[in-house]
Amino acid sequence: MTDTVLRTDHLTKRFGGLTAVKDVSITVGQREVHAIIGPNGAGKSTMVNMLTGHLPPSEGQILFRGRDITGMPPNRISQIGIGRSFQRTNIFPSFTCRENCWLAAQSRLGNSFRFFLPASRYQRVRTLAEKGLELCGLSHRADTPASAISHGEQRQLEIGMVLATEPDFLVLDEPMAGMGQEESHRLVSLLRRLTTDYPLVLVEHDMDAVFSIADTLTVMVNGEVLASGPLDQVRSDPAVQEAYLGDGEEAY
Amino acid sequence: MRSLPRSVQVFLLALTVLLAFYPVFGEMLVGDRYDYWLQKLTSVMILAIMAVSLDLLVGVTGMVSIAHAAFFGLAGYTMVMVAPEWDAGSIWILLPAAVLAAALAALVMGVLIIRTHGIFFIMATIAFSQMIYYIFHDSDFAGGSDGTYLFGAPTVELFGRELLNLSDRVTLFYVTLVSLLLVYLLLRTMLRAPFGRVLFGIKENEERVRAMGYNPLYYKLVAFVIGGTLAGFAGVLSATQYQFIDPSQVNWHLSAEVLIMVILGGLGTLWGPILGAFAFEGLHYWFSSMTRYWELPMGVVVILMVLVLPKGIAGGVMWVADKLERRPSQKVQREETAAGRPMEVKHD
Ligand SMILES: Nc1ncnc2c1ncn2[C@@H]1O[C@H](COP(=O)(O)OP(=O)(O)OP(=O)(O)O)[C@@H](O)[C@H]1O
Ligand SMILES: [Mg+2]
Repeated sequence: MTDTVLRTDHLTKRFGGLTAVKDVSITVGQREVHAIIGPNGAGKSTMVNMLTGHLPPSEGQILFRGRDITGMPPNRISQIGIGRSFQRTNIFPSFTCRENCWLAAQSRLGNSFRFFLPASRYQRVRTLAEKGLELCGLSHRADTPASAISHGEQRQLEIGMVLATEPDFLVLDEPMAGMGQEESHRLVSLLRRLTTDYPLVLVEHDMDAVFSIADTLTVMVNGEVLASGPLDQVRSDPAVQEAYLGDGEEAY
Repeated sequence: MRSLPRSVQVFLLALTVLLAFYPVFGEMLVGDRYDYWLQKLTSVMILAIMAVSLDLLVGVTGMVSIAHAAFFGLAGYTMVMVAPEWDAGSIWILLPAAVLAAALAALVMGVLIIRTHGIFFIMATIAFSQMIYYIFHDSDFAGGSDGTYLFGAPTVELFGRELLNLSDRVTLFYVTLVSLLLVYLLLRTMLRAPFGRVLFGIKENEERVRAMGYNPLYYKLVAFVIGGTLAGFAGVLSATQYQFIDPSQVNWHLSAEVLIMVILGGLGTLWGPILGAFAFEGLHYWFSSMTRYWELPMGVVVILMVLVLPKGIAGGVMWVADKLERRPSQKVQREETAAGRPMEVKHD
């Protein structure tokens, strides 16, 4: 965890009078899983949106592998290797699962101003798309329209599409949102497998998931960082215990 | 763009063959109305080129444009202005000049409006095409509101030898038919290529397309220019046919009619809008033989169509094909999976 991959400096986002994210500075190292937790409206998604270019920060700076990416548009952020999944499922419902991953993978052609050869003839795209499907566990659903699979499977597809873009850094916004118990378990084991290959920022509500895979934890409340640091340290921080984790956490 | 079921392919091929043989059997069928229908069919095929190229924007990419006639008419006007006043011009000059003018206009318009969405995009296309309309309507250089004539159909010569005589109606009929087929095949090829997949993706979820690393603006702009260029090509055929052009061919009314053809035919299918052009013009002919206010029954038909067949004529044809192919049931399904059809992206 020595070399920093991603770093934010005093990141702030204001919507009119509301400060959704206030002065957040975090770092994510190579192979590090950095979890961000916090109650509804804490500013987690806003944070993610700034990291992936969906929102320009009001103040502060984002550095990725030493490069200033503040204010870069989402398509360029994706091309430099940051893959992002969405809290609200964001797929192509009328496409089959394979076609969803295919379009994601095809973005790695550099450009798609390719008018004549059928898309299916691009072997590298096929390989990437199949890999995405396989990693997210949807190979058996490849030819099913994305609108016809279960909510949990759509959440898996959401991640499969990110992986099909061959990222080398992941930003996942509540990948488990709205999932049933069994589906969550499957996704957690997928995430655990991913942590061996990718550094990632994980926004999550599900405490068990966070505690089982995160190395670093940032707790946000009302746009501000309440505590940030190694998992065990933050978990036992009295302020965090009191403000966020509450009574239910005595179990461990 | 997935490949079509076999029965639909056969159906479309049969219609094409039927159309291609009109000059042979037409006289038997309609007697002395032969010449009228020959010209009518030619003009409908020209509209079909408009419709299929508009489908690339509206049905495939989700950009509802009411500017298509602007490129169509602009190409026609360019031909008239570039051609010699008292002689027929050469197709080798007129065609590139006219198509290039349409392409440039589409590029300029596209650059300025491609960032807008939804109703704003529609309004911007109307505004722009009306600007072009008033340029031709209110200035004298191209006949103003009366329109202007082309002196003869363009010549098609190579080394002093005439290859085609475009003032011959049967020749023009076949040139137009072949053009329509080529435009269709060209667009279908593009939609099966990586480019097409991005366009379908933009229609369905532009934000996600961007998040995956594409800049949708470039793809939309290129699609807009391709569509406008093809509309310009249709304009060349039309000016060749009538050897006359007036501002009504630049007007947004024409754009709106073509849009109705696309919707009637089935958005995003390419072949549907071609059928839509024939259906629209057929109904137009029929209704206007009954009443001066043909728009009225036409409006009713369009509303009924949208309610009964939301996927248009193409949707209806696909539904029938589905029923037909299902009957010898399991066999077909097995073939489908064996042929690995799923690799062909996207339909309707
Ligand atoms: N585009 C926007 N315009 C205005 N306000 C916004 C916008 N996006 C978010 N907010 C506000 O910013 C605050 C933080 O929202 P955000 O979505 O980042 O929270 P979150 O931590 O992701 O919550 P959740 O757990 O519900 O997903 C909220 O009060 C929200 O209403
Ligand atoms: Mg959120």
